[in-house]
Amino acid sequence: MTEIVMSQTPPILHGPSEKEKKYDRQLRLWAASGQAALESANLLLVNSGPGVVGIETLKNLVLPGIGRFAIYDEATVGDADLGVNFFLDADFLGKSRSKCLTELLLELNPEVHGAWYPSQENATSLDDMLATSPVFTAIMYTFPISPQRLSILEAYGQQHKTPLVAIHSAGFYSYFRIHLPGAFPIVDTHPDETATTDLRLLSPWPELVDFAKSMTQDIDSLDNFEHGHLPYVVILLYYLEKWRETHGGANPITYKEKTEFRSTVAAAARTNNPEGGEENFDEAVAAVLKTIVPPSLPSGLKEVFEYEPSEPIEERSSFWIVADAIKAFYAKHNCLPLRGNVPDMKAQSKVYIQLQNIYKAKARLDAAEVLETAQAIAPGRHFDPAEVELFCKNAPFVKLINATKGGNIASASSVDRLQDVTAQELANDESAELTLMPLSLLPIYLALRATSHVASASADEILAEVAKIIPGANENERIVQAAQEVARAEGGELHNVAALTGGMVAQEMIKIITKQYIPIDNTCIFDGIGSRCQVLRL
Amino acid sequence: MASAEAYPGSEPARWKYLDQIRTRAGPFTDPDTFYGSKVASEMDRMNVLVIGAGGLGCEILKNLALSGFKNIHVIDMDTIDISNLNRQFLFRQADVGKYKAEVAAAFVMRRVKGVHITAHNKMIQDFDEDFYMKFQLVVCGLDSIEARRWINATLVNMVDEDIEDSVKPLIDGGTEGFKGQARVIIPTITSCIECQLDMHAPRAAVPLCTLASIPRQPEHCIEWAHVIAWDEEKPFPKLDKDDPEHITWLYQKALLRAREFNIPGVTYSLTQGVVKNIIPAIAATNSVIAAACCNEALKISSSCAPALGYPADNYMMYSGNDSVYTYTFRHEKKDDCPVCGNLARDLVVDPSGTLRDLVDSLAVRPEAQLKKPSLRAQNKTLYMQSPASLEEQTRPNLDRTLVELGLGDGDEVAVTDPAFATVSFKFRLVFRKAAS
Repeated sequence: MTEIVMSQTPPILHGPSEKEKKYDRQLRLWAASGQAALESANLLLVNSGPGVVGIETLKNLVLPGIGRFAIYDEATVGDADLGVNFFLDADFLGKSRSKCLTELLLELNPEVHGAWYPSQENATSLDDMLATSPVFTAIMYTFPISPQRLSILEAYGQQHKTPLVAIHSAGFYSYFRIHLPGAFPIVDTHPDETATTDLRLLSPWPELVDFAKSMTQDIDSLDNFEHGHLPYVVILLYYLEKWRETHGGANPITYKEKTEFRSTVAAAARTNNPEGGEENFDEAVAAVLKTIVPPSLPSGLKEVFEYEPSEPIEERSSFWIVADAIKAFYAKHNCLPLRGNVPDMKAQSKVYIQLQNIYKAKARLDAAEVLETAQAIAPGRHFDPAEVELFCKNAPFVKLINATKGGNIASASSVDRLQDVTAQELANDESAELTLMPLSLLPIYLALRATSHVASASADEILAEVAKIIPGANENERIVQAAQEVARAEGGELHNVAALTGGMVAQEMIKIITKQYIPIDNTCIFDGIGSRCQVLRL
Repeated sequence: MASAEAYPGSEPARWKYLDQIRTRAGPFTDPDTFYGSKVASEMDRMNVLVIGAGGLGCEILKNLALSGFKNIHVIDMDTIDISNLNRQFLFRQADVGKYKAEVAAAFVMRRVKGVHITAHNKMIQDFDEDFYMKFQLVVCGLDSIEARRWINATLVNMVDEDIEDSVKPLIDGGTEGFKGQARVIIPTITSCIECQLDMHAPRAAVPLCTLASIPRQPEHCIEWAHVIAWDEEKPFPKLDKDDPEHITWLYQKALLRAREFNIPGVTYSLTQGVVKNIIPAIAATNSVIAAACCNEALKISSSCAPALGYPADNYMMYSGNDSVYTYTFRHEKKDDCPVCGNLARDLVVDPSGTLRDLVDSLAVRPEAQLKKPSLRAQNKTLYMQSPASLEEQTRPNLDRTLVELGLGDGDEVAVTDPAFATVSFKFRLVFRKAAS
């Protein structure tokens, strides 16, 4: 650490840079690593229809500083655009929409680069543009889109393993659907801080046991200050030991045993002091049910352990090698590498820091073992120790999205899948009144999907299209209503629904690009009448 | 169903998409309240008030202008800071230091022709009921709970059965990181912001003794510098949380203290975050929440589709951390709401505690959150924060127990707070049983 000299009016030594100041409120969410990922991303928007939802999405990505974007849009600016799209005005009437949108979006952030297509000097067609542009990090396209154009994008996505995001907004309804190129693991999921406490009270290691013993060997002769400042970790370890002495060496495991154990801890607090009780014992009592738990394997990580990537080991990303190493660790020790964080608790400063260091040291040791195993699995490969440490720290919370083998875009089974999910959702709706669950939003998806390739359609046309996949759809009241609502919009967007959907899609793009937080898997439907959304795997 | 005819207002070509929706009934439209032919002209005449021209406010102004509203007022006393530029998209580097309301209003009027926006570089407390009475709808994009409570209490108090249009729907949005909420309040008819106060509990404060003698976290060292060291040393006449020199002073103090106790993790950024209570904010979330609010504004104003508020759901919670999740529900009105209810709210107290304990507890109790409360019992003044003479006169009461002050189980206490000038909060004391 650098030396700090305190003078009367200290100069600004480590003030943030201009860029850090500008991005301060978002760096607190995704840190410098996430920001770097955003700044190196290159996005394509293939825009059509009224084209508002795609632009609102881009707005929300230009502002936080995406590296570059391109807009492909064949439309010219018309009167109707001016009533719904904020990034156009009357001066642009009759001009290329992609050019005008790009110009006004770039005003939002001088650090972002943008390009527009088609144009005479650049590419004149979508094919041209894809062939001549640097590879895109992700592609977003809006409906309606022609089947030919869609298949060009899908082919590109498959070739370059590019995530594709389909977005449809019409009237009060919208949905977006993310096609990821194969399984998508995330390590930095940002779990709720309160969910991350892992104190290993039932399987303490020798250093922790010794530390607790050294503080509690004469627990009854401690003065009130010392007794009132024993960290609750130490208190619980001490009384767990006592419990085992009178219970044949067994820990309190069942709910009944734990409540009984909790009473013995509560009874051990001193009350003959001025406060009439002890805060640290209150904390210990409150922590019993949550922290006295045997190690377990969370479902997200189990999924990772059981997933078999299709590539041979040497072609796998380091994620899968480290995952294998952690799996080996778990098999050997019957617990995961220690996360190493200690929640704040009443304690003297020095004691708390000692306790913190004991946990941190153990976490580092566990991570070192995982690193060693990873190197043994893939000899000659370099692993970033910081990356391994982060994985160990977040192991219980890692998440695998799109965990189907191969992860085909537009796979042949997608219609079967849609039929299955529809049957399930409609069956759930039958009992929604009893279960107090909100009604499925799938009818909205079905109705919008029926207009994927047409500018607008009547309710009857929509129902006929839906019925091709879901026989009898035209007799389902909710599907009929959704079709009527979609027909009402005649393919037009409402600015609010476009802006709302654009906000959700931008969140998802940020999560996918930064590989932080957890993206949807894989379709999100929004109902602007009931003001709610539903995520379904379709 | 054949689509009905649309009723375009002015500039039919430009507002085609909007008119298709707002002037034509859909399958969920209530035919008893919807008159498609009148929607455009009625919305042309409406006055909408926007409170806040920040992250949500910029989006709200844009959204309202593109939802067919023509007359908008916006109140914000803040000026533009560089840290706003990552999301407040109506502002540029060159605007730093200018008034948010003014810059935002001018920008939207320039871009969306035909909308008129009046900017007020002021506090909401600078306006009286006559001003608020002019509006048919209020949309809030605020970052402070206190301002929300003030406007809520004001709008509830303005409701007068004899005055038509005295009920002003209040639409409120809020965000934090990837999360947010949008809610609609129909004053005196549905659950109000005060009814919902316990959903926004304040963060528990760190005990002073922890800061003073046993710090364990970097935040403890920063709070120590902020609360204790600053007061002792007074390096500048008044702490300005936006002055980097002041933050640097706190940061260095905190760093020295952290080093003394071997506590890792004190940084400039954390210091700033703790001292200013910075809430992470991004464009994407603001876009979601502001649009959710304005979508309700359009539905309420046109009746072209059922809106949040009455009689069904009135609150949408949104979270984008783990997938995307919304929870839309009805928050029930509370009969003991100190603002819109008619019963006193129960307040469990220790009868042997002092009045000071009670006064202090009002600041932290989630259901009260009153920082400078003055208290009256049925027939006597217990404690008054001002004027100074009355404060002095009532100060000795602070050290008396509730019993000594003659208060009994079930007695009602009226609480006022300068932050909510017009409101008296009614509480009913419930004596805690001994040895609990």
